[in-house]
Amino acid sequence: MSKILVIAEHLDGKLNPSTARAVSAAIAVKPEAIDVLVLGDSVDAIAADAAMIEGVSRVLTVARAENAHPLAAVLAPQIAKAADGYSHVFAPSTTFGKDVAPRVAALLGVAQVSDVMSVEASHTFKRPIYAGNAIITVEANADHAVVATIRTASWPAANSGSNSAPIEALTLDVTLPTHTRFIELKQGSSDRPDLQSAGKVVSGGRGVGSKENFEIIYKFADKIGAAVGASRAAVDAGYVPNEMQVGQTGKIIAPALYMAIGISGAIQHLTGIKDAGTIVAINKDGEAPIFEIADIGLVGDLFKIIPELEQTLG
Amino acid sequence: MKILVGYKRVVDYNVRIQVKSDGSGVVTDGVKLSANPFDDIALEEALRLREKGVAEEVIVVGIGPADLTAHLRNGLAMGANRAIHVVTTDAVQPLTAARVFLKLIEKEQPGLFIVGKQAIDDDANQTGQMLAALWDRPQATFAGKIDVSIESGATGKVTVTREVDAGLEVIEAELPAVITTDLRLNEPRFIKLPDIMKAKSKPIDSIEFASLGVEAHDHLKTTHYAAPAKRSKGVMVKDAAELVAVLKQKGLL
Repeated sequence: MSKILVIAEHLDGKLNPSTARAVSAAIAVKPEAIDVLVLGDSVDAIAADAAMIEGVSRVLTVARAENAHPLAAVLAPQIAKAADGYSHVFAPSTTFGKDVAPRVAALLGVAQVSDVMSVEASHTFKRPIYAGNAIITVEANADHAVVATIRTASWPAANSGSNSAPIEALTLDVTLPTHTRFIELKQGSSDRPDLQSAGKVVSGGRGVGSKENFEIIYKFADKIGAAVGASRAAVDAGYVPNEMQVGQTGKIIAPALYMAIGISGAIQHLTGIKDAGTIVAINKDGEAPIFEIADIGLVGDLFKIIPELEQTLG
Repeated sequence: MKILVGYKRVVDYNVRIQVKSDGSGVVTDGVKLSANPFDDIALEEALRLREKGVAEEVIVVGIGPADLTAHLRNGLAMGANRAIHVVTTDAVQPLTAARVFLKLIEKEQPGLFIVGKQAIDDDANQTGQMLAALWDRPQATFAGKIDVSIESGATGKVTVTREVDAGLEVIEAELPAVITTDLRLNEPRFIKLPDIMKAKSKPIDSIEFASLGVEAHDHLKTTHYAAPAKRSKGVMVKDAAELVAVLKQKGLL
């Protein structure tokens, strides 16, 4: 029978919603147990959140000062040690999970399945390659642990609230390296919804034209309560910071509504939005590739259309 | 110090990938092959570090069949001092690649191993991290900015700004270390004709995969390839008012 260890992602004392999505994938394996591992310096609030996720059997915590920041070199030996006895180790396929999971796999001497989209059987998974232009079915060896990262856009967050899984502190006898040190995290302060979990996302591209012009995107997003994203072109041009990038090398998202404004729709961008419920494209070029995959398209000047949209909404 | 650069050959990023109708793979016959774009960025960064005087030698390393030498020549033309070609006709998965690179590291003793954060064929995003784990050294993944300060030889530290979901994370790592590169780290230089000529005389050291004593222990078996589900073509609306009406009808606004 399968027993799955899910690595919790958290920041500033809060559990990241990507964790509950990884739990969903774990549930799909139909294991006998799903334990969530929380590594941090102060773990209580995060563990309490994780314990409420439906399907979670136990929450295991390792509270150490060295775990204050998510350094893969520090976390991986602890995860590898804690993984003893588990058939699967899952982490969300976010920059956190992508950083740490392969290090865990290598310590365990096993292959990793990246970006799991679906679970076909306990050791058989589907995952995208070539920027999502092909989907492969892969089988992992069932004789030893499987390490996998979970493509969060493919999985809804497991429900939370009705569960109260027991929380247990783990003591792991692991020597931690000191060769890697955290200096700082520069994050944009925003009161807007989180891009990776928002139900609505408004994204701007090169067509927006400048950092100043991007205000029109922010204003419209605020009007409809949406998170704000951007294409790689807009990030490269310096209109917005890197954490807003949606696409193959940015964030892969699945909002109910995605509005692409002034985005031509390079394949790398489309990779990041394929799982969105409804895609709306607004672009002055009627031939733009974004219209190939948009559910609703509107050809025109965004600087004219957005004010009209706001006016219509009242 | 020396810098080793992982330099993979992949299907060119402009090629539209076609899945074979029998689900046995993707069409690669006659398809243009190029350097993995992230590895080009890795090589560019290594060359810049050499130009700054941080490194003395840049070595590109590749794993693949006999004709991989043409690809490695491109790396030499871009400016690498020499290349190491680990020869195998088998497809190599990330853990095996990491084990091969570790063998080369043991021989070359570099201060840095720089490689793309992912290859755009398998999109695995694993090799750099796995190598750092096997080497028991720091890893700085998704690098957007790199500053190296050398104390002497290959000792020193590197400060890396990483592009993470929450923003930009800065970490400091002691050398030697593994760095994986993100898109905005730099813009790789173009190869000029005289450089192609010069590259012809640069050395490529060929090593048989079997002679390295690495167990090709790949655990993942790909059983089927499929084209992704297509989104059906949508509708066009004529103006803002109609767009709002459609979205309201769908309960999205």
